Amino acid sequence: MTTLFYLAGAIAVISTFAVIVQTNIVHALLYLILSLLSVAVVFYVLGAPFAAVLEAIVYAGAIMVLFLFVIMMLNLGQHTREQERGWLAARVFVAPAIMAAILLGQLLNVIGQLSHDVEVTRVGVFEVSALLFGPYVLAVELASILLLAGLVAAYHLAKK
Amino acid sequence: METIPIEHGLILAGILFALGLIGVLTRRNIVFVLMSLEIMLNASGLAFIVAAARWGHAEGQVMFLIILTLAAAEVAVGLGLIIQMFRKYQTVDINVLSEMKG
Repeated sequence: MTTLFYLAGAIAVISTFAVIVQTNIVHALLYLILSLLSVAVVFYVLGAPFAAVLEAIVYAGAIMVLFLFVIMMLNLGQHTREQERGWLAARVFVAPAIMAAILLGQLLNVIGQLSHDVEVTRVGVFEVSALLFGPYVLAVELASILLLAGLVAAYHLAKK
Repeated sequence: METIPIEHGLILAGILFALGLIGVLTRRNIVFVLMSLEIMLNASGLAFIVAAARWGHAEGQVMFLIILTLAAAEVAVGLGLIIQMFRKYQTVDINVLSEMKG
């Protein structure tokens, strides 16, 4: 299980890196799906099977299909690829990479001060749903209102 | 049962978040910017799951569900805005949006 965690983590990092340096938008999307699926494996290893399944279905399934649909609708094909090649010079990466590296360094510094081995306990769908429909029922209602607002906004914005 | 050091999970979340941040700062194509935002949201969800595994509670997974809902709504609105932008300017370059008039 521990090996699986590190393997999936490495795949997640590599494919996420491939997403941000990719010029072909459909390839980038496929790398993003790979990254999300490996994060789902990490969730499973960390004892959260429900979150892993939701990550695969909602993130890698529904949200990525939405992206693909818009990419096909806008017909971002070969011409966008050449445009991306022009935009994506190595020098544009320098300043953002340095800033993100500083941020990551601070984060790692803080994280490095705590060390605790996680005894992986499976928290299954039963415990999660007992919480969702118990004390957190208001959060579920608010989430549904948020989704409704998103639906209305998407319909209104994408309308001619 | 095997154990996983909690800091390694958090480091993974941190690396993914930083990569998403680089993507947001670097890219000029707005679809890539939205994809990088998804990476960052996903990384924060991973941090919540790691915390849930640390304490052995289900609350972290509930928070992950909320983040998932937020990401879905954000993508729906964002893609609608991209379609609207493409209709108006026939491009996905975010630099054309630098002039905010009317």
